[in-house]
Amino acid sequence: MSVKDAYDKARAENRAALVGYLPAGFPTFDGAVEAAKTMVDAGCDVIEIGLPYTDPMMDGPTIQDAVHRALVGGVRVADVFRTVEAVAATGAPTLVMTYWNPVDRHGVGAFARDLASAGGAGLITPDLTPEEGGEWVEAADEHGLDRVFLVALSSTDERIETVTGACRGFVYAASLMGVTGARTAVDTGAPRLVERTREIIDRSGRDLPVGLGLGVGNGAQAAEVAGFADGVIVGSAFIRRLLDAPDLATGLAGVRALTTELAEGVRKGR
Amino acid sequence: MTIDSAARAAAVPDATGHFGRFGGRFAPEALMAALDELTREFETAKNDPAFTAELDDLLANYAGRPSLLTEAKRFGEHAGGARVLLKREDLNHTGSHKINNVLGQALLTRRMGKTRVIAETGAGQHGVATATAAALLGLDCTVYMGEVDTERQALNVARMRMLGAEVIPVRTGSRTLKDACNEAFRDWVASVEDTHYCIGSVMGPHPFPMMVRDFQRIIGVEARRQCLELTGKLPDAVVACVGGGSNAIGMFHAFVPDETVRLYGFEAGGDGVGSGKHAATLVGGSLGVIHGMRTYLLQDDDGQTMETHSISAGLDYPGVGPEHSWLHDSGRAEYREITDAEAMEAFSLLCRTEGIIPAIESAHALAGALKVGKELGPDATIAVCLSGRGDKDMHTAASFFGLMPEGEAQ
Repeated sequence: MSVKDAYDKARAENRAALVGYLPAGFPTFDGAVEAAKTMVDAGCDVIEIGLPYTDPMMDGPTIQDAVHRALVGGVRVADVFRTVEAVAATGAPTLVMTYWNPVDRHGVGAFARDLASAGGAGLITPDLTPEEGGEWVEAADEHGLDRVFLVALSSTDERIETVTGACRGFVYAASLMGVTGARTAVDTGAPRLVERTREIIDRSGRDLPVGLGLGVGNGAQAAEVAGFADGVIVGSAFIRRLLDAPDLATGLAGVRALTTELAEGVRKGR
Repeated sequence: MTIDSAARAAAVPDATGHFGRFGGRFAPEALMAALDELTREFETAKNDPAFTAELDDLLANYAGRPSLLTEAKRFGEHAGGARVLLKREDLNHTGSHKINNVLGQALLTRRMGKTRVIAETGAGQHGVATATAAALLGLDCTVYMGEVDTERQALNVARMRMLGAEVIPVRTGSRTLKDACNEAFRDWVASVEDTHYCIGSVMGPHPFPMMVRDFQRIIGVEARRQCLELTGKLPDAVVACVGGGSNAIGMFHAFVPDETVRLYGFEAGGDGVGSGKHAATLVGGSLGVIHGMRTYLLQDDDGQTMETHSISAGLDYPGVGPEHSWLHDSGRAEYREITDAEAMEAFSLLCRTEGIIPAIESAHALAGALKVGKELGPDATIAVCLSGRGDKDMHTAASFFGLMPEGEAQ
């Protein structure tokens, strides 16, 4: 199943898709695979595997903490591909979310090749915009991978047109101006951003789902977002469950409970 | 006029901020609108006589420009007998070249209607300059500084706080300059509507490397003119230290078209590049992307940023401004390493031969001048950018040379 198929399936069921993020190697290599499989089993439609990076400029304290632990634990880029392979084997489309330098260092073409052969669906690139993404756009075409770029509250209509024009799979709408991490409320500007993005996509005659992320951490927020977006993206809240648990089994139970709550949320919002 | 047409006539960067294959804009979408606004505003401002007049006035009557060009005769005896000329950025208000850039960006901040500036700082010189300009123009100011650096540059932390700035110690990663940059970017993504990120070096996403260069190139413009006045000819070599590289680009830029003038950048060699404990990006790094720019950086096979080491907090950074990568690849400038020990030897030598206490960052350039002088011989003239003064480094220097009273040594 492709990312677009997962969104289409959710749409057919009159709900939003649930997209869950977790970094590879956190809390351990096997723990991350287990947690991601649990997320799929309990209702995530799409999985984003984070590539742990030393300088996560767009991430708040929770993800910083998790990727730091993963790096201290010795996770390598090769482990990210192995994680993708294990998670994609569940049948859930599996993207990699990564800062650009590890891809650049690996070689853009080689990274695309290795990701495709691991069964990965594509890349989400928080610090790469289409303007600098020419090599990646070509490599993604060559290997049949999705390209997920971001739009933000501050994006002009012209920029939204450029960004969505370069996306495949879905477009990631950042719900707030800030770094990753659960918030108490969804930013009031978020529905308007999704609406603007949809209008621009519709004008282009394309069919590109809009997923909304940053700050979403519970079922009520998921329901609220499902009311106006095609997908609900959750990251830090899953990590929090694992960070706060005394052992992996408890953490996995927490991840399962949260996924269930979010999966109910994305079905309530419509 | 401080930002003259020669800057625009330079071949680089192109309209999208690329210096050949370096530079560009690898930034989150959330910042793209602000980067576009800044690019437009800088273009308009530098062609606005009112803006340039206000900046020139501040540079002359507040920062103290032009800075002197001092001949260092006794120091030169140790540099193969070469004639050594020191560009005295240490005499600027706040004690380093950083004020040149900060005054420009602070005026731009006000022009954009923003009320707050944030900055990263390593040695604290950029943080102090930013806090100073913020006080002068009535802007709120937050400075991010790695926790390691707040300890080794405690004097500058106190200066910033006296000036009314909030100093936030950064406890993530290596707790040095690169982590301060990360934290400043995180702040900016959330605050960009009313806040300008006053980047302190020729680094970051476009337009920062170009804009900071244009604010700093006055160093070389003055030095070139002063050298001609003093010696009747251009120097044979121009020397500067390179961390992010703003004093070096500022010093080099006016000399780039002068083909007879050799340009030397000296990076922080720490314990030696072979030891792995260093911050010599162009000597020991590889091509990558960090903090919004494509440039050389110190990274492992997976593209993870490597821990750096330097006795100098201001040079302790794993990347380098993209224009330096471009000058390095084109061969126009030559970049070498200076170890901690070599820098400290030159630090001590300048104190004792000239009565000038340099910043440890600048001491890397001085150590480089000693080498270049020996290579070029007694007929050579070498212009050295003395980028800052060393008051902030007294604790480090006193420890290094064992000058602390008993019981206080670390």
